[in-house]
Amino acid sequence: MSSLLDTPVAAPKDALPSRPAGRWRAALGLIPFVGYLLVFLGGPLYFVVSGALSDPDGRPTFDNIITSLTQPQYLAAFRQSLLLSGVTAVIGAVFGTFLAQAVLTSRPASPLRRIVSTASGVLAYFGGVPLAFAFIAALGQTGLATAWLRGVGIDLYASGFRIDSLTGLGLTYVYFQIPLMVILITPALEGLLPQWREAAENLGASSWAYWRHVALPVLAPAFAGATLVLFGNAFAAYATALALTSGSIPLVPTAIASALSGNVIAGQANVGLALGLDMVVVIAVVMVAYLWLQRRAARWNRR
Amino acid sequence: MRGRRWRIVVLALAAIYFLVPLVAAAEFSFRKPGGGYWFGNYLAIATNDALLTGLLTSLQIALFTAIVVIVLVVPTAVWVRLRFPSLAGVLESATILPIVIPPVVMAAGIAFVQANLDAPLFRTLFSSSTAALTPFYVVLALPFAYRAVDNGLAAIPLRTLVEAARNLGAGMIGAIVRVVLPTIRSAVLGAAFLTLALVLGEIVIARILLYTDTFPVAVVEVGRSAAGVSVALSLASLVLTWVLLLAVSFVGGRRVARRSSS
Repeated sequence: MSSLLDTPVAAPKDALPSRPAGRWRAALGLIPFVGYLLVFLGGPLYFVVSGALSDPDGRPTFDNIITSLTQPQYLAAFRQSLLLSGVTAVIGAVFGTFLAQAVLTSRPASPLRRIVSTASGVLAYFGGVPLAFAFIAALGQTGLATAWLRGVGIDLYASGFRIDSLTGLGLTYVYFQIPLMVILITPALEGLLPQWREAAENLGASSWAYWRHVALPVLAPAFAGATLVLFGNAFAAYATALALTSGSIPLVPTAIASALSGNVIAGQANVGLALGLDMVVVIAVVMVAYLWLQRRAARWNRR
Repeated sequence: MRGRRWRIVVLALAAIYFLVPLVAAAEFSFRKPGGGYWFGNYLAIATNDALLTGLLTSLQIALFTAIVVIVLVVPTAVWVRLRFPSLAGVLESATILPIVIPPVVMAAGIAFVQANLDAPLFRTLFSSSTAALTPFYVVLALPFAYRAVDNGLAAIPLRTLVEAARNLGAGMIGAIVRVVLPTIRSAVLGAAFLTLALVLGEIVIARILLYTDTFPVAVVEVGRSAAGVSVALSLASLVLTWVLLLAVSFVGGRRVARRSSS
């Protein structure tokens, strides 16, 4: 590192002006990032929207959208997807907040902190395939956890549980929802100043009263915003379902994938794109709510 | 000490919930068909061609993805912190987008693009998994990479370092490459390993677009006939990535500790 610093000074060619030379000039620095997102995220989205709104010959139509919102099998898929995302988002958010707080109140730089923060990154990111296999190994017919539970007298499969059911899928989703919540909520928890607690205690508040009247109201927008991100995360996720169930649970992504890759019935691909557009609309609503909550949450950061 | 008990309960519950599937997966991965335990499932990577080429393809994609991600994220994060502190919140929200954009929808859009671009150049690009998938994996990898790098920048006196470098005659790019990058290298390595995790776990886009020679797709395929191999390899990829991240975290942490104690 020091050798890098000791190397001779480079010629100061094309150095940008160090004084603020107009915001438009500085905005040029953001072009690569924003441009990349526009092309490689915006591009596919544009084609989803335009494909959803046209028939196979390219004429504009709303038929695909109407089909995607009226066919019973698609409605069932939306119901299942919304239920799965909603339940796992709330469970993940509540438990993730407790876990994040438990880790934050441990000693700084303790191994626990490193383990939880790195594991959160890996698990929130890895998602899909490995988790599905781990859960099959644990809670499948011959899984270790299934065998242990049978040993203490709880026979999961006799009581109707299956790992490739909606419940099993939800259990697996929580496994990446909690780590994502830990990542998202930790900054907000760190923003709770110890002075607030001290002030509340000096005024005679119990620990419960502090949480009820000070900490929770401050946290509420950040918590709700993070819960929305978790909802969107689960709503968008497909890898786990793909690896765990091979399509036996009707979720919206499953319906899209089969409309896209299945036999090419005329117009099916466009219905798949219309389902994609429906998903994007749901996500957009969630994101608008998230941004609004984020602004509320940011109020407490200005200090 | 107040509040001890709930912490222990929460941490114990988390340990049970998070460790049981991993332990079960480990146990399952060592099971020998017909009883007993062996190491054979892990050795399948050496004998199964589809898995080996898949792993090589995915590592190649991970490398290119990580490079593009870092080239995009580090200068942008530095620039936002120096010039647009007011924009930090907006950009952080923008990086949430790829978490919630369904990969299946991205795949649908990409399929549509590929079907409609048939110039020879594009056809060559689309025929290679690495060239076709890397640009979109970059998008998926941006959110956590941006967070990781931005956290790294928050921990250093960025403005002072950049101004010092500029005073000594470095250009903006030189300052970023030769001063900022080395000081946040553990954050950058963390972002790179998270990218590796993403690439080793992403299956939706690759599967729908029929790029079946990537590692996760091969692992799922092999699982149809030999579940033990799938469990073994996915567990190995997960644990390996996590150990890499943990190592970076400890090395980075020690460096900071040493600096503050001296």
